[in-house]
Amino acid sequence: MQYKKAGTEFKLVDAMLVIMMIVPIVLAILMKVLFIPVGEGIEITGAHVYTVLNMPVSDLPISEAQVNSLAVLISILFLCLYMTHGIRAHVYTKRAVLAEWAVEKIEGLVKENMGDYFMGFAPFIGAILLLSAFSSLSSLVGLFAPTSDLNVVAGWAILVFILITYYKLKCGPWYYIKGFMEPIPLMLPMNIIGEIATPVSMTLRHYGNILSGTVISILLASALQAASNLVFGNLPGILGSFPFFRVGIPAVLSIYFDLFSGCLQAFIFSMLTMLYVSTSFPMEEYMRRKSLKEKNN
Amino acid sequence: MLEIAIGIMLCGCALGAGIAMIAGIGPGIGEGNAVAKACEAIGRQPESKSAVTSTLIMGCALAETTGLYALVIALLLILLAPGRFVDVLMNAVG
Repeated sequence: MQYKKAGTEFKLVDAMLVIMMIVPIVLAILMKVLFIPVGEGIEITGAHVYTVLNMPVSDLPISEAQVNSLAVLISILFLCLYMTHGIRAHVYTKRAVLAEWAVEKIEGLVKENMGDYFMGFAPFIGAILLLSAFSSLSSLVGLFAPTSDLNVVAGWAILVFILITYYKLKCGPWYYIKGFMEPIPLMLPMNIIGEIATPVSMTLRHYGNILSGTVISILLASALQAASNLVFGNLPGILGSFPFFRVGIPAVLSIYFDLFSGCLQAFIFSMLTMLYVSTSFPMEEYMRRKSLKEKNN
Repeated sequence: MLEIAIGIMLCGCALGAGIAMIAGIGPGIGEGNAVAKACEAIGRQPESKSAVTSTLIMGCALAETTGLYALVIALLLILLAPGRFVDVLMNAVG
């Protein structure tokens, strides 16, 4: 087998893709720097609202979280394009092997948790995993993490809820309604509450974990600032106002709250998506009806 | 009179936030139990470590949910509720 050296054109496209990967994040940081007024000291705030669009039913605020989540989305798109650029059978480049490994891992995960019938879900699960992980990790470059805003995560959870309901309706509406009356019709209200609790708990779990990390980091930063002022406050000039304690110490917490917790919550969100969707589908009943239909034909 | 009313309101918000976080006991006990059992299982069958660990992390994340509900309620009570309640009071007084 002969190896062809990468041509100029190939390298140019590569560079373009890498630049396009970084540009959305840089733009989001620029927007934050340019349009958000500097607050007094360290404070806990929600997502800053850039602008409000006038819509017929209700006004649509465009907040920091939405902009950042779109930036992360575009960045991931170009990351995927970069990883698969110049991919072809029987040619093993580093990035192609890495991309294949990632795809195989996700397909294995889906196969293990959902079974063969749901293999079409692999791209969706991979997308939600990557989006959630990168959104949480975007706080490392100084952006407002989109996952610490309730609305972004609620959007994903509602999407999952629609999927669950779609698969529950596969055996017809009557079977769906009957499912709520299990084991006795008296349990109807409880079952309806349980049905609604699924997206709510998924939302609050993801959002609460990331938000608690942010809040604890902010509290620690302000405490260290106060301690630093107390100890070094009497030094002359810039030495007196520089927060020495805030150098390095918050990074230790950041390893847990930003890196570990962010990736773990992404994994758990996609895992729960898989479990809820695959358990909501009445596989045996569906197969029985399908075979009956085929027999009648 | 108004100052006292606002004081009682803020006091109620702060106390409520503190009391809400009592819910942290539940996930603490639950996750502690889960980890203890996982340690036992790994001690008995060291070769099943990876499977036990992934299941443990899943279970811990699920058990954490109630604690996170309490956290969200506490944060709402500290950050959002005082302003909202004072607004309501001001509107009532006129």
